[in-house]
Amino acid sequence: MSLNNEMIQEKLVAKFGDQASQFATSYGMLSFESPKEINLKVLQFLYDEPGLGFTFLTDICAVNYPDQKGAELVVVYHLHNLKENIRLRYSVSTPLENTDVYTATKLFESANWMERETYDFFGINFVGHPNLKRILNVDEMDYFPLRKEFPLEDQTRIDKDDEMFGRG
Amino acid sequence: MEHNHITLPEGSIEKTTTTLNIGPTHPATHGVFQNIMEVDGERIVSSDQTVGYIHRAFEKLAERRPLYQITPITDRLNYCSSPINNMGWHITCERFLNVETPKRVDYLRVIIMELARISDHLICNSIVGVDTGAYTGFLYVMQYRELIYEIYEEICGSRLTTNIGRIGGFERNFTNAAFTKLEKFLNEYPKVLKEFENLFTRNRIFMERTQGTGGISAERALNYGFTGPNLRAAGVDYDVRVHQPYSSYQDFNFTVPVGTTGDNYDRFLVRNAEMWESISIIRQAYEKVQAFKGTDAEVYHADVPEYYLPKKEDVYTKMEALIWHFKIIMGEIDLPKGQIYSPVEGGNGELGFYLISDGGRTPFRLHFRRPCFIYYQAYPELIKGGMLSDAVVTMSSLNLIAGELDA
Repeated sequence: MSLNNEMIQEKLVAKFGDQASQFATSYGMLSFESPKEINLKVLQFLYDEPGLGFTFLTDICAVNYPDQKGAELVVVYHLHNLKENIRLRYSVSTPLENTDVYTATKLFESANWMERETYDFFGINFVGHPNLKRILNVDEMDYFPLRKEFPLEDQTRIDKDDEMFGRG
Repeated sequence: MEHNHITLPEGSIEKTTTTLNIGPTHPATHGVFQNIMEVDGERIVSSDQTVGYIHRAFEKLAERRPLYQITPITDRLNYCSSPINNMGWHITCERFLNVETPKRVDYLRVIIMELARISDHLICNSIVGVDTGAYTGFLYVMQYRELIYEIYEEICGSRLTTNIGRIGGFERNFTNAAFTKLEKFLNEYPKVLKEFENLFTRNRIFMERTQGTGGISAERALNYGFTGPNLRAAGVDYDVRVHQPYSSYQDFNFTVPVGTTGDNYDRFLVRNAEMWESISIIRQAYEKVQAFKGTDAEVYHADVPEYYLPKKEDVYTKMEALIWHFKIIMGEIDLPKGQIYSPVEGGNGELGFYLISDGGRTPFRLHFRRPCFIYYQAYPELIKGGMLSDAVVTMSSLNLIAGELDA
C-alpha cells in the first residue's frame, strides 16, 4: 500500500505525540512543526522508520517572521521519499536571541552548504556543523541580510540627487 | 648582514604537497569558480571550493517584486536554459493561484523547455569535449544552439535571458517563422547530434579521459542531493517530469536514460541520450500543436485577467482592460495567503521554487532550490586522488552554472 499524508501523520503522532504539531496539507504537501530541540530525532525517524524512508533532502531554507515573538526564525526542511514519490515539509522555529538548531549534516551530506547558506542569510547557528561560515556573502559581513529588519530601498524615495544617476 | 636568506613560512620545507589556486577566473573553469587544491605532483590530495563571486541577492530582490517582475530574475539562474527557469516560475505561480492552462499552452511550453534542455546539454557535452582536447564538436554544434536561440527570438524577442512567457501562457502566439525554424531544427539537428556522438562516444582518447574519473555511487549521489542528469548517470531514475508531471508531460512518451557508474563518461552518455529523448518529445508536442485547428490554434494563454496583461489595443479602447493593465503593472494585486514548493526538471536537476505569501502584493519569501549549488558540494570527493586535468573535465561535466550556483 502506498504511503499517503494521513499515514505519515499517524506515524509521527504515534512517535512524538504532542510534539509534532500544526499538521496541514497545502497543494498536496503535508507540513508539520516540532520544537527545535528534537529536530534531529524527527529527521532521523523520518529517515530510518520502515515505511517512511524520507532519505532525500530536497532543500533547507529559513524564513523570518518578525511578528512571531519568540519564534521569529523558522527553518524549513523539504524532504522527499523517492521510492513512494511523496514530499514533506517540516519546520522548526527559533527565537532571535538563541538561534541554535542542531545540524543535519550527519544525516545528509547535502545539508552542509544548505545550512551554510541559511546561516549566511539568517544567522541560524547550526550546532555541530563542520564548517559553519558564510558562503555567498563576504566573510567580513556582520549582519544577516535576508532578515526582515533590512528592507530593500524604498522605490519612491525622492532624496536622491538625479545628477548622480545621469538624469539631471 | 646576518640575514641574507629568504625567511620561509614554518613547515614549508617539510611540506611535500603544493597548494594550487585555480580561479576565480580561469580559462579552464568556464565560469567564476575558485578552487584551492592541495596537489602532490599532479594528484589532488584535497580541495576546497569558494563560491559566491556573482551573488546578486535574488531572494531578497524577489521580496519587493510582484510576480511578473520575478521572471527576469529567474532568467539569470541557469542562463544556459533560461526558458526552463521562466516556465518553472510561471508554473509555480499558476499552481499557487490555481490557474488551469489550456493544453495548447502546455504543449508550446514543452517545445520551448525541451529546446532549452537541448541547448543546455549541448553546451555541457561539447565543453566536456573541449576540456578533453576536442574543439571540433563544440564549434560544430554551436550552429544549432544558434538556431535554438533564433527560435526563442521569434517567440519572445531575446536570446539568452529570455523572459519568455507570462503567467497563464505566452505573450503572443508563435509566429509561422518560429514553426518554420523549429521544423528546420527538427530536420537538421538529429544528423548533427549523430555526428557529434560519432566524434566522441567511441573515441579512444575521449573514453580514456572520461571513464572512471569523477565517479560517484548512487547512495553518495542521493546523500549529496544530486538531481538531474548527474543523479541519473549514477543509476537513479529520478526525473521530475515523470515523478511530478507539470505542463502535461504525462501526455508524452519518453524514456529516462540512466547510467551506472556516475562518472564523466556516463554523465556524457546520459545527456546525449536525453537530447534524443528531447527531440522525440518536441516532435510529439509539435504534432499535438498542429492538431489544433481554427480558433483552437489561436489559444496561447489562459483566461487570468488578474495576472495576464490585456492586449495593447484593448488597453487603449476598453475601460476594463485599462484597469487590469494598470493594476498588473503597478503590482496592485494581492496574492492569496499560503505556501507552495513547486519543482521542475531544469537543465541540470530539480529546480524548485519555494514561495511563501502573506497576502501582500509580493512574495513574503521566495527560495530557489538551485540544483548545482547543492551538488557542487560533492566536487572535492569526486576529484580526490585523481589527476588535476581530470578535475577540469569533472567540473565541466557536472554542468555547473555560476549564475545558478550563486543566485
